[in-house]
Amino acid sequence: MVNNLNTKVTLSGLTLDNPVIPASGTFGFGYEFAELYDINILGSFSFKGTTREPRFGNDLPRIAECTSGLINSVGLQNPGIDKVISEELPKMRQVFHKPVIANISGFSVDEYAYSCEKIDKEDQVGIIEVNVSCPNVHHGGMSFGTSPEAAAEVTRAVKAVTTKPVYIKLSPNVADIASIAKACEDAGADGISLINTLMGMRINLKTQKPVIANKMGGFSGSAIFPVAVRMVYQVYEAVNIPVIGMGGVSSAEDVIEMMLAGATAVQVGAANLIDPFACKNIIEDLPTVMQKYGITDLKEIIGGAHK
Amino acid sequence: MKQSWFTIEENKPLTSSVYRMVLSGDTSAITASGQFVNIKLDGFFLRRPISVCDYNDSTLTILYKVVGKGTEKMATLLPADKLDILTGLGNGYDTAKSGNTPVLIGGGVGVPPMFRLAKNLVAEGKSPIVVLGFQTAAEVFYKEEFEALGVDVHIATADGSVGVKGFVTDVVKSLSAYTYFYTCGPEPMLRALSDCTTTSGQLSFEERMGCGFGACMGCSCKTKYGNKRICKDGPVLEKEEIIW
Repeated sequence: MVNNLNTKVTLSGLTLDNPVIPASGTFGFGYEFAELYDINILGSFSFKGTTREPRFGNDLPRIAECTSGLINSVGLQNPGIDKVISEELPKMRQVFHKPVIANISGFSVDEYAYSCEKIDKEDQVGIIEVNVSCPNVHHGGMSFGTSPEAAAEVTRAVKAVTTKPVYIKLSPNVADIASIAKACEDAGADGISLINTLMGMRINLKTQKPVIANKMGGFSGSAIFPVAVRMVYQVYEAVNIPVIGMGGVSSAEDVIEMMLAGATAVQVGAANLIDPFACKNIIEDLPTVMQKYGITDLKEIIGGAHK
Repeated sequence: MKQSWFTIEENKPLTSSVYRMVLSGDTSAITASGQFVNIKLDGFFLRRPISVCDYNDSTLTILYKVVGKGTEKMATLLPADKLDILTGLGNGYDTAKSGNTPVLIGGGVGVPPMFRLAKNLVAEGKSPIVVLGFQTAAEVFYKEEFEALGVDVHIATADGSVGVKGFVTDVVKSLSAYTYFYTCGPEPMLRALSDCTTTSGQLSFEERMGCGFGACMGCSCKTKYGNKRICKDGPVLEKEEIIW
């Protein structure tokens, strides 16, 4: 084994054994993976995006394959905040003993505040990650994450009713990611998570119709990694709060690249779906890859590409 | 579920588009007929979910139809090639409810899981009736393999080139008695069977999947027993719970 290497990183006072975090929506509430390996090796994990009401989500098909990625249009299927607290968290406690990241979505500012205030009271939750990629039902369905004002409004509303660190998870489907990240920081965000999926579409040549029932969906997978690295780099320059980088990460090398761009921790998404051991493999590979590049303390490389 | 490497022992066509692949490897995670495996292929992001046709302690048999680029790639693989496969996925068929003479109905590429199911039922001392549906005689596969199990095999072809002219439903309606039904095939066939069968039964569904092991919610459907993931809570659903 490789000794004297430090993989610990700290997010808003929460120290993680390593920076590897399965991304929301690709890891459920952890049970499927806990059958395969001890998921306590993870830095943390971000649980399935949760809304105030239970949601079934979108019609099938919800999945379309792409070159080096996939499009999904699950539509935030989840049991709703009350059941997540009463049923999922106690079950999760059996398999995961570290603080978890609560991923919260909403369709109005009030809904975000409602769900975040409830989840804030749960001991198991270390960080609240607010997904602002959802459409705002009160403003013509435009995503909260596409304007600095709307993203800031959600941030202020959530910060007003919570005590735990609040990270805003940003959509990449915007013209100026840095201004949105800055607006969230100014509104009190403790950190930024990015990127969510890129909007995409596939069309079936046989039916000549979109593959996905909802027509469009979120594109993720290794194909989007360079876009994610670029956006993390830009956001790191724009803000002074920690950044969790994600988007196409599938190897220990990708984790290091994302950290050099400015990420304090790194989420792994689509890779979990094709290789259920992806996060375990990345964590096990990290020491060797660190050694290869002469890295002894992972936190020292955060934002290294900016120097 | 288990992730492991399998080695191809055989990969050859049974018809112009249906292939049989026999692989050696660790099959210990497979616990029931009607389960599926999820195969990683070089050059493709998502795995390919394929139903289990048969298995023993060290070999796995799958029958697949070339329908797209992934299965085209599979058809080019050679003995000794290795594949990364997730095994033991899905719930599979429950034989406890079968009664003594269940009818097993496979349509086209829905035929393969019926083979292991028939084998299991025979081993349990039951007398399954097998109904296999194809478009035409040239597409028929596994008839002799089913007959070798000593079960009663009926064939239906849409053009009447072999067996009964018509659909599997025509054969099922003509059966004098059966105690239960099991089926796998295209959804219109499943629905027609659900309507014309006189007993309870289990139906296996196909859907586009993300992960295949219950994590992504990419293949969820509503049932009378609540939301289910086709990959994890299915692919086999009971007739009574299905919302068409």
